[in-house]
Amino acid sequence: MPTKPAGTLYRGKIGMWSWVLHRITGVAIFFFLLVHTLDTALVRVSPEAYNAVINTYKTPIIGLAELGLVAAILFHGLNGIRVILIDFWRKGAKYQNVMFWIVIAIALAIFAVFTPRHLSHVFG
Amino acid sequence: MVTIETPRSPRSRKHAKWEKWGWLYMRYSGVLLLGLIFGHLFINLYSGEGIKAIDFAFVAGKWADPFWQVYDVTMLWLALIHGTNGMRTIVNDYAERETVRVRLNYTLWIVCGALIILGTLVCFTFDPCIDQAMRETLGPAVCKG
Ligand code: HEM
Ligand code: HEM
Repeated sequence: MPTKPAGTLYRGKIGMWSWVLHRITGVAIFFFLLVHTLDTALVRVSPEAYNAVINTYKTPIIGLAELGLVAAILFHGLNGIRVILIDFWRKGAKYQNVMFWIVIAIALAIFAVFTPRHLSHVFG
Repeated sequence: MVTIETPRSPRSRKHAKWEKWGWLYMRYSGVLLLGLIFGHLFINLYSGEGIKAIDFAFVAGKWADPFWQVYDVTMLWLALIHGTNGMRTIVNDYAERETVRVRLNYTLWIVCGALIILGTLVCFTFDPCIDQAMRETLGPAVCKG
């Protein structure tokens, strides 16, 4: 084992877990975007093909997966702003812990507004 | 267990400058993407009938306006380059064999380039007239032949 480096935000506690989550959500969104660019490309092939594929987005299972996608975007995007503030704002490193909880609070608030409405579209 | 001797040292001097641009790009594109993607999801997934409203006609409606074409293509380029550059960081962290690392990174940028070209063409060459119902609504003034 290497010796513990002197103080880094990326090791232990919130600094590390937020980084792990940021990484996992980033990869998930990346793979979604690969698929999404291809499904959108079907509008150039035929309206029937596009509608058929987009209709799967309206099924219960994919509809629930979209909640996961939105949660991932909310966390990755808002935590990304936190990372940027840590790097560029003079007091960023000092407040990184508080900012983490602010990120979680904003993400949960938006998610709480979005979820019932989305579910009513998918199951309604 | 991978031991990194000096964690913040660049692979080489030549790469160091690139890394700095990449690092800055992740941050600038991140800020722009936050607005673009939240806006995209608000309109396509939250407003009106949400996901239920999405079909060919919905896309035709949006892309009839150059504003949404530019919006979508900007988002496409920013997000794919941001995502690919992020994936490259991850590959560099975990790929232990040099050949594997280099090949994975080539693959990532080739896929990124291909999808950017595809997505840009799809958006700017979009033709609502390939749909029979759209032809009738738009009439011969828009859909010739
Ligand atoms: C919603 C707006 C977004 C913001 C504010 C944002 C912000 C960031 C920032 C600041 C980083 C650098 C983290 C660091 O250097 O420690 C990053 C990394 C990353 N982002 Fe984003 N991003 C956004 C959207 C996206 C999208 C759409 C994708 C996928 C296409 C994506 C995929 C990634 C990946 C894979 C990484 C690398 C993660 C790592 O190295 O651990 N991000 N993001
Ligand atoms: C389930 C959620 C989503 C739905 C229902 C959706 C729907 C759509 C639709 C209908 C279009 C066609 C054009 C338009 O309406 O503007 C589109 C295009 C696009 N979307 Fe999404 N989207 C979703 C999530 C996302 C996410 C998370 C991202 C970013 C990572 C994204 C990035 C894009 C891009 C870049 C385009 C343009 C593609 C091109 O020009 O070929 N979308 N999306």
